[in-house]
Amino acid sequence: MSRPILEVQGLTMRFGGLTAVSSVSFAAGAGEITALIGPNGAGKTTLFNCVTGFYRPSEGIIRLHKPGVPPTELQRLAGHRIARAGVARTFQNIRLFPGMTALENLLIAQHNTLMASTGWGIGAVLGLSGYAKAERQAVELAKRWLTATDLMDRADDPAGALPYGQQRRLEIARAMCTEPALLCLDEPAAGLNPRESDELARLLLDIRAEGTSILLIEHDMGVVMRISDRVVVLDHGVLIADGRPAEVRGDAKVIAAYLGEDEEEVTA
Amino acid sequence: MRLQLALKDALIGAVVAALLFIPLVALRTDVGSTGALTLRYRWTDAAILIGLVFLGRLALVLWTGRTGLRPSTSAGPWTLRLQRLGKLAAPAFLAFALVLPAIPGIDRYWLDLGILVLTYVMLGWGLNIVVGLAGLLDLGYVAFYAVGAYSYALLAQYFGLSFWVCLPLAGILAAFWGVLLGFPVLRLRGDYLAIVTLAFGEIIRVVLLNWVSLTGGPNGISGIPRPSFFGLPFSMSGGEGTFAGFFGLEPSSVHRVIFLYYLILALALLTNWVTIRLRRQPLGRAWEALREDEIACRALGINVTITKLTAFALGAMFGGFAGAFFATRQAFISPESFTFIESAIILAIVVLGGLGSQIGVAVAALVLIGGTEIFRDLQEWRMLVFGGAMVVIMVLRPRGLVGTRTPSIALGKRRAIDGKLVGEGHG
Ligand SMILES: Nc1ncnc2c1ncn2[C@@H]1O[C@H](COP(=O)(O)OP(=O)(O)O)[C@@H](O)[C@H]1O
Ligand SMILES: [Mg+2]
Repeated sequence: MSRPILEVQGLTMRFGGLTAVSSVSFAAGAGEITALIGPNGAGKTTLFNCVTGFYRPSEGIIRLHKPGVPPTELQRLAGHRIARAGVARTFQNIRLFPGMTALENLLIAQHNTLMASTGWGIGAVLGLSGYAKAERQAVELAKRWLTATDLMDRADDPAGALPYGQQRRLEIARAMCTEPALLCLDEPAAGLNPRESDELARLLLDIRAEGTSILLIEHDMGVVMRISDRVVVLDHGVLIADGRPAEVRGDAKVIAAYLGEDEEEVTA
Repeated sequence: MRLQLALKDALIGAVVAALLFIPLVALRTDVGSTGALTLRYRWTDAAILIGLVFLGRLALVLWTGRTGLRPSTSAGPWTLRLQRLGKLAAPAFLAFALVLPAIPGIDRYWLDLGILVLTYVMLGWGLNIVVGLAGLLDLGYVAFYAVGAYSYALLAQYFGLSFWVCLPLAGILAAFWGVLLGFPVLRLRGDYLAIVTLAFGEIIRVVLLNWVSLTGGPNGISGIPRPSFFGLPFSMSGGEGTFAGFFGLEPSSVHRVIFLYYLILALALLTNWVTIRLRRQPLGRAWEALREDEIACRALGINVTITKLTAFALGAMFGGFAGAFFATRQAFISPESFTFIESAIILAIVVLGGLGSQIGVAVAALVLIGGTEIFRDLQEWRMLVFGGAMVVIMVLRPRGLVGTRTPSIALGKRRAIDGKLVGEGHG
């Protein structure tokens, strides 16, 4: 593996008596797609929530190595600081702003950059600051991602009125508009048809090509095996395998974990 | 078949009407000659009303062929027409408001009514920032109105500061209290936030009522200085240094009323202007995003607490401005003017107008406040008419008069967004 972008060490998350994630350690390589797989209830979403600041882990360290800045310990940051540190995410059940247009959704993702250009909000109200220019740039970035996700013609439609597949893509576009170093995707292919899954896989490869590292939870093994550089397998909160897709696919423990679940999916 | 259905429906309507009108209309208590209450029967009146309901319902069902009303949040043919009109309506309203004092036949009564309506328009617009845009249910908005009013009254009384110095101070103090209240309570959501804000509104009132040495308690504060025309007082003497004297006018008490009218119009328009500008900027968009999905906001790096606080503080500030205006207009304030019912009326204006809609809120204030005044002749029926009207509006248009949302930015043409997609906020 190359230099890591994210380093997770001894991460444990307990809910009362239940240990959802139990001293998990792994690293996600910079410029790579790292897949996080495992049966339902394995603790994948919980791990994501720790990385993205929605849960404070019971134990462990999560370190982000963004090029050019000293490493950040994410578990110490307040929730809203994580995005500023360079980690963006999507949700297992899509969380867009349904009553706002696709374009507005993408502009909200650039809130912090835009806000900085408004002079505490007062300058822009009075029409003083350089806000207009900053907004033009923000719209340009939004357009770029709308084009990349093939949503340009839906820019002025409310997010809640888009079909499911487009909502999934819009959520990814929105996360990318925060210009993250690491993009965390929670089951982005869930509910997509095969053609849409293919498009998604291509989109993720494009994102990787632009230099954003990806941490991906996914059940669609077709997608996982095709695009990941590395696969991390969780079962009952414990890390049971970590390696190249081909290695993990043949791992006895992984097959056992999935047995009775979706055997075909693993081998598919 | 259709007739049968219609008859059945009309009959049910008549029974409901009977249940309502028999106690309400048929039985009436009057104060007799001895001072005791006597019961008077008005069976014919009640029968006429019930008959009207029966026939009306029958005709409605036969004619339209359906029994229920269809609620709608989207832009139906009517709304679309109204919206097209709306493009003209807003400037028309504004023009009308601007020339109102100059229209012949507009006397003091109408100006006073105009001032009252505009005060509520301003309060509605102020609360709209908090409830309509940020989706935070604030049941104690009147507290900030009170803070503004008392700030001006007390600053003028103790320090002799003029209205124009006190106006910004009143807004700042109200905003300060908004932040002070906001810090502990904004982590609460939905019903809890509503209850705490309600309590806050009451606490402010109770403090004003009991801190007799400072606020005069229930006696209130009287003799609050009236505003001057940028230093020129309105005085009946008509001397050199007065408004009438300076402009060489016949001294008249209407001058001050007209001035107050334009003052509140300007304040209301300021509120509107700031809100409209902010809605198209990151802060306003973040408020709306918070209303839609707070968790997603956090994932995008928006500081939820600060963003909520700004909405709260800004709403409070405009409430404070309105309060200072109220104090200078009345020249007398007491805690009685700041009861919960005021908060409820302002909230009703916002909800009825359509959460987040500026023009909707203005129309709702006009209808609710102006209407209540104009229909004073209806006496006891007034509240019934208004209760009924509000119920009908909320049944037909659950998202208020203007239930749609206009996008803050668009690549092409801005199209209104159906209200059912738009979040209402959870606190
Ligand atoms: N907030 C929570 N409180 C209590 N238990 C939770 C919470 N979140 C997740 N869990 C539990 O943690 C375990 C792992 O869940 P999750 O991370 O969602 O699994 P998955 O791998 O399917 O995403 C489950 O048993 C779930 O019930
Ligand atoms: Mg999950």
